[in-house]
Amino acid sequence: MATGNGTETGQGLRLIAPPLLYAILLLAVPLLTILAYSFFKDGYLTIVREFTLENYLATWADPIFRTILVRSLMVAAMVTAVTVLMAFPVAYFLSFVVAPERKALWIFLITIPFWTSYLVRVFLWKVILGFNGVINSGLKANGLIDEPLKFLLYNTGSIVMTLSHSYAPFAILPIYVALEKIDRSLLEAGRDLGESRLMTFWRVTLPLAMPGVVAAVLIVFIPTIGDYVTPTVIGGGKIPMVANLIQAQMLDIDNKPLGSAVAISAMAVVTALSLAFLFLNRRFLKVRA
Amino acid sequence: MTAAHTLQPVALAASASPRGPARPALDDRKPMIECRGVQKYYGDYHALRGIDLTIREGEFFSLLGPSGCGKTTLLRTIAGFEGIDGGVVLVDGRDMANVPANVRPTNMVFQSYAIFPHLTVAENVGFGLRRDPRSRAEKAAAVDDALDMVGMKGFGGRAAHALSGGQRQRVALARALILKPKVLLLDEPLSALDRKMREQMQVELIKLQRQVGITFVLVTHDQEEALVMSDRIAVMFEGEIAQLDGPEALYARPASRRVADFIGVMNFMPARIVGEGADHVTVAVPGFGTVDIPAANVSRADRGDAGPSIGFRPEAATLLPMGAEAPGRVTEGVIDEVVYYGDMTYYDVIMDGSDDYDGVPHEVRISMRNVFGREVPDVGTRVRVSWSPGSLVLFR
Repeated sequence: MATGNGTETGQGLRLIAPPLLYAILLLAVPLLTILAYSFFKDGYLTIVREFTLENYLATWADPIFRTILVRSLMVAAMVTAVTVLMAFPVAYFLSFVVAPERKALWIFLITIPFWTSYLVRVFLWKVILGFNGVINSGLKANGLIDEPLKFLLYNTGSIVMTLSHSYAPFAILPIYVALEKIDRSLLEAGRDLGESRLMTFWRVTLPLAMPGVVAAVLIVFIPTIGDYVTPTVIGGGKIPMVANLIQAQMLDIDNKPLGSAVAISAMAVVTALSLAFLFLNRRFLKVRA
Repeated sequence: MTAAHTLQPVALAASASPRGPARPALDDRKPMIECRGVQKYYGDYHALRGIDLTIREGEFFSLLGPSGCGKTTLLRTIAGFEGIDGGVVLVDGRDMANVPANVRPTNMVFQSYAIFPHLTVAENVGFGLRRDPRSRAEKAAAVDDALDMVGMKGFGGRAAHALSGGQRQRVALARALILKPKVLLLDEPLSALDRKMREQMQVELIKLQRQVGITFVLVTHDQEEALVMSDRIAVMFEGEIAQLDGPEALYARPASRRVADFIGVMNFMPARIVGEGADHVTVAVPGFGTVDIPAANVSRADRGDAGPSIGFRPEAATLLPMGAEAPGRVTEGVIDEVVYYGDMTYYDVIMDGSDDYDGVPHEVRISMRNVFGREVPDVGTRVRVSWSPGSLVLFR
């Protein structure tokens, strides 16, 4: 028995060894390096390998860091809310309305935006929203405005719009999977036991879709906090988010220990928030349908 | 003389059910469900072809048929999950045409049980009580009572996903019955259970139905289940009701050869009609000779049947050793095959002269209860077969 298990474990380990090695080299090692750096001292152009908590103290004492972190969290929260709220009806439509033989086609269509690079998609929004962009020139050509609208670009709203568009499929797919897993007879049972369609949705469909919603929230929230491209391109550098701050510390100012401390601090906050969110939703997640 | 009377009840014994003493005659009770000319199409597929039936208050009614016969569709039209394309469905005298499923006085036990996996057992059972004006404590007591009724006392706090199949079924029953529906609809409720559990639940369902007095409509493809539990059974084929009768009548006098074939085991033999009397039809049957079939035992043949045929239940005859005296008519034959089932044995007997009819020997399957300590006769043994003309059914 033990031998059999050992062989099986061995086989499993051999099977996952290449991706595991890859993950260790490209994820764990850099992460641990950053963690180590955050406790080192910064000498001019060098790094002094002496343990210190100065970087963290400096980070948290800095009002700019706090402002930017709060802004990042706010933007990420808004992006998450907009994305998930818009993704749910799409996922619902896909799961409940689209005929089974057409679902594959619909999923294919939803993922089409991913055929272009993220940078190009973000830049596209600049083309749409810009000073001489699609919207402004369109409105001007129709004589609806004389001067281009300036509030379209370079603000939080445009950042939220761009990120929501980019992350839409990440939210649609997990919610769709959760909805697909719901036994349709449960919805009939809800109706049979006297509830209207709306109340059945509220009491049966939504709680059972929550694992997908929770996954969608995390999948959108975590990467958007650290997004670097959109604040740069769409925010025009005027509304930096935490990734821009880290980049500035690491490369422009060349204070790698402080940059590392900012990065680790931001990660810690995101981890804490994500765990809190999972904890709040724990009753939805333990269901094994 | 007295001996001749004992044979007939023996032939029907297998259809006896544990339903106990009779209740008020069905015909005196008010109709609870009435279907009149119910039609249902799925695209071009004609699922229900004019269903007419009346189910009476407090009745245990079964819709029996092979898969695809429309029995589940009919149940779902009564529940309100499917609209109908013609005809009328009345529940307790009220036309259900524009009544959505959530306000119909019916509740359903689903084939998959449809237990809400995100709720506890008590929350499942109390699901339909949200708008009940009673206090929280009263509702909790009602939930406890309902769980007690289905033998699940003390399970209220359990997570629904941790239940076994039989427990899920009980929760589904409690959840439906707590709402005191006028009709309880059961969609193949026992098909997911193993044999032992199924037989136990059959008896429990009968007891429960008598206890609550609610009209039960059961959908099943299992003829034994329908015979055991039902007051009346509608046998359905291809969207039509082929026969609507009590279990005994259905078993002993099937309305057509197809019904006979679906309900239990039936021997079929070709027959030639040689004469007709006022109260009987005289037929020639291979191995049985010339038999007068009572008019009550004459049913119709189905489209596609080659000609008239005779149906004969395996338990409607008795095997006797050679030389033994027997009541009724007695023929002789040779055992060609023995199939042992523990409590009973099937014997395929080739009766003497069975090949006179069309040149090929015809086997008849006869079942006998095994008597403890008595040897089962072997293949090749010559036996006497005792039977009565009243246990033969003619399909013409």
